[in-house]
Amino acid sequence: MKFNNLLKILLAVLFVFASTQTFAKTIKWSMQGDSLTLDPHAQNEGPTTQVSRQVYEALVTRGLDMSIGPQLATKWKAVDPNTWYFYLRDDVKFSNGQKMTSEDVVFSILRAKQPTSDFKEYISTISGVKAIDDYTVQIKTSKPNPILLNQLSNIFIMSKKWCHDNFAIVPQNWDASQETFSAVNAMGTGPFKITLREPNTKTVFKKNGKWWGDMKDKSVTEIHLLPIKNAATRVAALLSGEIDLVTDAPVQDLARIGSSSGHKVESTPQMRTIFLGMDQAADKLRTGNTGDNPFKKQKVRQALYQAIDIEAIKKKVMRGLSEPAGIITFPGVTGYTAELDKRLPYDVGAAKKLLADAGYPNGFEVELRCPNDRYVNDEAICTAVVGMLGKIGVKVNLFAQTKSKHFKELKDNQGDFYMLGWGVPTLDSHYVFHYLYETGASWNKVNFSNADVDAAIRVMEGEVDLDKRNAAIANAWKIVRDNIAYLPLHHQVISWASKSNVDVPIRPNNEPLFRFSSIN
Amino acid sequence: MGNKKITWLNRVKNSDIYYSFIKSPTAIVSTFILILIFFCSFFVEFVTPYNPFDPSSLSLMDAFTPPSWTEDGLAKFVLGTDGQGRDMLATILYGSRISLIVGFSAVIFALVLGVGLGLSAGYFGGKYEMIVMRLTDVQLTVPSILMALLVDGIARGIISRELHDEMAIYVLIFAIGISEWPQFARVSRAATLVEKNKDYVSASTIIGVSNLIIMFKHILPNILRPILVIGTIGLALAIIAEATLSFLGVGVPPTTPSLGTLIRLGNDFLFSGEWWITFFPAIFLVILAFSINLLGDWMRDTLNPKLN
Repeated sequence: MKFNNLLKILLAVLFVFASTQTFAKTIKWSMQGDSLTLDPHAQNEGPTTQVSRQVYEALVTRGLDMSIGPQLATKWKAVDPNTWYFYLRDDVKFSNGQKMTSEDVVFSILRAKQPTSDFKEYISTISGVKAIDDYTVQIKTSKPNPILLNQLSNIFIMSKKWCHDNFAIVPQNWDASQETFSAVNAMGTGPFKITLREPNTKTVFKKNGKWWGDMKDKSVTEIHLLPIKNAATRVAALLSGEIDLVTDAPVQDLARIGSSSGHKVESTPQMRTIFLGMDQAADKLRTGNTGDNPFKKQKVRQALYQAIDIEAIKKKVMRGLSEPAGIITFPGVTGYTAELDKRLPYDVGAAKKLLADAGYPNGFEVELRCPNDRYVNDEAICTAVVGMLGKIGVKVNLFAQTKSKHFKELKDNQGDFYMLGWGVPTLDSHYVFHYLYETGASWNKVNFSNADVDAAIRVMEGEVDLDKRNAAIANAWKIVRDNIAYLPLHHQVISWASKSNVDVPIRPNNEPLFRFSSIN
Repeated sequence: MGNKKITWLNRVKNSDIYYSFIKSPTAIVSTFILILIFFCSFFVEFVTPYNPFDPSSLSLMDAFTPPSWTEDGLAKFVLGTDGQGRDMLATILYGSRISLIVGFSAVIFALVLGVGLGLSAGYFGGKYEMIVMRLTDVQLTVPSILMALLVDGIARGIISRELHDEMAIYVLIFAIGISEWPQFARVSRAATLVEKNKDYVSASTIIGVSNLIIMFKHILPNILRPILVIGTIGLALAIIAEATLSFLGVGVPPTTPSLGTLIRLGNDFLFSGEWWITFFPAIFLVILAFSINLLGDWMRDTLNPKLN
């Protein structure tokens, strides 16, 4: 009798273990930072989009090969240059069971155009959107827009009813630190739903049983995102088997991870350029000591540019895994040419002379703001820059802090001199100009303003003749490059490290797509 | 015996302490190491040509040079360089100066506060004594590292960011000092309780010497021995507390690293084979703390007549 009971218990235990082993597989994913908010329209930032992408979907999307393809819309057509029709899938349900219709698409696009949205510049050319029937949406643009599909691939579709029920009709005002339901909860049509959200600690994604598509490996049922800020701890967690995938493996540890028999490393050039910004509009630097703003003078900006030994940073800080940059865009983006991407030569003597010519023979003092958990070796790059600029007499005080504070204070116009990285999800130069160079643009924190560049941006938005459009892009790049509006550093190379049996395809935009993942 | 002049030097040579010192190899070795470390740290400008705290003097291309005796090592960087091209030996010595300054200042702060309160509590007794002793009890229930973290957190809240980097060292001294004073208070109170009933104190009271003079001129010299012993051990603790706080990232800023900050910065490179960046500061810290502790042990054995 007793033996029988014991046997039953053992069998039950065995069954539980066996079932979790065979049917439920979890991928534990780590990176140094976390998503800033779950509201898919509140922050246009890499890791934030990476998290949202697992839960939310857009009308069109980029596949593994980075080309645009259908997602919620099966097909689309432009009846005239300013009017587009999108035909939606009719089998899409949100993870709460509610059917997705054109009402939700109209609502989401309008939501992303609200003042608190970080995507409003993204789709500023969309002038009207309406539902024709349950599964057809008409989008009107104010002028012909050659990159509308690229832009729509990052506008996530939310449920109108869910947003209404949860007081989330407008995006969270992230700049004002607003707390909303949509910032800590997510409900979309994507392959996963979020069942646990502890910011900066743990986020649990469970397979969305109502998803319309097919997972590549059906046994993958859960993704755990466990951000680990410290690089060595992250690597230790990976090597000890606590973590399955690291999407920002520290460059100094790649050899060590690669030599471990149970792990593998993949690298690919990332669609992201790291650069420094210098406020060119303020009359007086907030953190300066000269009483004026040296950055107003182009010679000063060029002196700083030429004082930076980018090859040393590449060799020592990035361990060869970076590509020195001359412009803030990278191969593969419309408008990129190798000619533009050439840097001014590294020349300390010339830099000193430029500084003296500009009236600062003894240099000046300024604070450099840096994130310490966003880009590959961000703080180490900044520390290296401090030393290099010190050699021409510019005393730089480094202030490195976590990315959420760094970005918030930048948006709040607190930076004289700062580090930022820029990716181009639309793969078109317009995106860079629209955010970084246009007068008054939301991330133009150097306050660069040039009428010719602004005019060229108008051409990029409305010109359908590709030759004319490309000429405008080339001209705009030349102007901003000659003006040294920013101080480009390098294009990032990203490296993913994972257990050998965990397969998540690496993508140049650093976004894992877990629906294509598999565990062997 | 009588022929010899009673000079200061002869008094030292004839003392029990000197005799015990030259009979103890551990005391001699640890004192020698400490003198060497103190000298190199405080006169570091003359010991090494590098100034790791001046970013403009560094060259990034020198970064990650291994120690000189290894294959890729360079003779000019004996212990190698860190990720910014700073000479490890110079950085460690500059860093240990910060660690020592913080350690000494924190102990002196704790000593003055603790002895002042403990001595007066033991001498006056009554409600005052009770309040002081309960205060030490409360303080002892809070782990010193937590106490130090709390002080640092509050200071960060009050002091503006620009000022904080400059104030960091004072905040550290205060934070570590405030977490160590109860030890001193308890020991000095206990010793005072013994001393105050002795005849010389009664005699002083009868001839009308003021309380302040009795406490500090008559009692204090007699209770100094145990205080010196815990002061020495407290110094090792303070240096380690400083390293812990800096390792946790709440200590001095990375541009002017102390030993703890150096170990933290080097930690990132442990897996990549650049072991020397974290190993040498760590070994240095161990040797420093160990020598102080050995000296403290010897002092306890010598100064405590009950053990002889």
